Amino acid sequence: MIEIKNLSLSLGGFFLEDINLEVKDGEYFILLGPTGAGKTVLLEAIAGLCPIKSGQIKVNNRDVTLLGPERRNIGFAYQDHMLFPHLTVAMNICFGLKHRDESKQEIEATASRLAELLGISHLMNRKPVTLSGGESQKVALARALAIEPELLLLDEPLSALDPETREATQRELRQLHDQLKVTTIHVTHDFEEAVALGDRIAVLGNSHIIQTGTPQQIFRSPNSEFVARFALARNIFEGDVQDGRSGQATFSVGGTKLVVVTDLRGQLHATIRPEDILISKEPLASSALNSLSGTITHIADKGSVIYLTVSVPPDFICLITRRSYEEMSLREGMTVYITFKASAVHIF
Amino acid sequence: MRSLAGMHLGMSPMKLVFILLGSLIVLFIFVPLFKMMFSSSPASLLDTLREGEVVASILLTLYTALLATVIGFLLGIPLAYLLARHEFPGKRLVEGLIDLPIVVPHSAVGIALLFVFGQHFFFGKVFHAVGIDFVGEVAGIVIAMLFVSVPFLINSAKEGFKKVDVRLEKVARSLGASPWQSFRRVTLPLARGSILSGTVMMWARGISEFGAVLILTYNPMIAPILVYERFETFGLDYALPVAVLLVLVCLVIFVTLRAIARRWEAK
Repeated sequence: MIEIKNLSLSLGGFFLEDINLEVKDGEYFILLGPTGAGKTVLLEAIAGLCPIKSGQIKVNNRDVTLLGPERRNIGFAYQDHMLFPHLTVAMNICFGLKHRDESKQEIEATASRLAELLGISHLMNRKPVTLSGGESQKVALARALAIEPELLLLDEPLSALDPETREATQRELRQLHDQLKVTTIHVTHDFEEAVALGDRIAVLGNSHIIQTGTPQQIFRSPNSEFVARFALARNIFEGDVQDGRSGQATFSVGGTKLVVVTDLRGQLHATIRPEDILISKEPLASSALNSLSGTITHIADKGSVIYLTVSVPPDFICLITRRSYEEMSLREGMTVYITFKASAVHIF
Repeated sequence: MRSLAGMHLGMSPMKLVFILLGSLIVLFIFVPLFKMMFSSSPASLLDTLREGEVVASILLTLYTALLATVIGFLLGIPLAYLLARHEFPGKRLVEGLIDLPIVVPHSAVGIALLFVFGQHFFFGKVFHAVGIDFVGEVAGIVIAMLFVSVPFLINSAKEGFKKVDVRLEKVARSLGASPWQSFRRVTLPLARGSILSGTVMMWARGISEFGAVLILTYNPMIAPILVYERFETFGLDYALPVAVLLVLVCLVIFVTLRAIARRWEAK
């Protein structure tokens, strides 16, 4: 178990205060926060790469607060991977093993086992400069995992990747974690990524941890405006994806079925951006569209735009302009139709 | 019309003027050296090469400059690293001081060194106690060369270290490397191109030093002083072959080393 108690630090004009976290053995823990919230600095502090002002860091009941990074046994992978450019992939992976009392055979065996696990065996003699983003990401992971860390720290591992690699890598990260069960803290600013990967999420903002909980707890009951900005104003549903008619898929949440476009199947998440939902008083008929009727249960007036909560169920958050809001003279309790394209639903 | 415009862009009056002015300065550097190299007959060069005094002075020059470079390396690389990685009060002052030897007249440098390393002064006395004297000695040549040439190594190494992302060192530390190991396995190899080219520059600058050495140690004579002495005593004909030999030796060494440095830097 990883315990971080009352950790405070300041770096330049920037500071974190009173950070408390507990990460259980084998847990995939997400640290979620906006850019500039100090997520990377917090990871560096946990790894011993950045000085702290006060607090305590314990790894499996071992107090590492005063230990140098080389004695903490914490693996670290930066957003831009930071592979050693003068070394081959194999030498990068073996880097940490050279500091141990292991024979050359043992080191090579570990490296090739990890390379195989991550599917990078064919890259072993390449130099980092020749690798794609996804490939170098995997090398960075293999290098961090090679030291058999008690804790793995991932700094925005997906954000430097192009969208396609990103989705694949996200799935691979989850599979890798299910296989190896290495306790992991993964930093991201992306809420969907957090929900898809995290066993639990801590939201970091204004120099503090604002809320910690399961993804469900975070997006169903945010404890503050700040967390709500991440979670609310978004439609996130958990449901089941199955084959639908004519090559499309169906996402079922409760009794409601949505037509979606995806190759994935099984228990997954769906999001629809509030601005992608059309509101009308009469049904809009079209086979390519999802059209559902529901009741307006809440109206949040934000000036030039209005957020409507339409209960189908589930509750959909919809965004409309003040002009159409006034033209339709919408009121709470009214029945309306919400319409969105199958492609507007993002499955993850 | 289009190609005309293109031609016009390719050879604008500004570019022409710049090429003309640039060529002048290149010629100014090239012509004297080139002419000197070929004003001395191969026979007289060979004769000069057989003179023990000449060979000894060239070897002494290479050796003392090398010694100065080794000392500069051991003391300068750590400083370069500190300057590249850390902010501390007085850093600007230190950086300014490092550049000072480049701007101070070198005969004045010799006088300044004399004031510290002369036998009547503190450092001079301390070193004298352990058997090292500077004035009129090889050690004097070395400190004169060290003083005037070490900024080249420190500045070049500093730039090299700055180019190594500090996070590479952090990753190395997280993988179990001590600060020493991370420096040796990551930082040093990645900065080696800049360090080598700085080392070459320092050695070269040491070899070419005249003024400061002249004040501290006239004898034994390094090659630049020998050239000067022959010119003063016997005239141009005697100074020329020594100068040509010195330039030739330097050229061969530096062209080779710079090629290596460049290849390392490109990696």
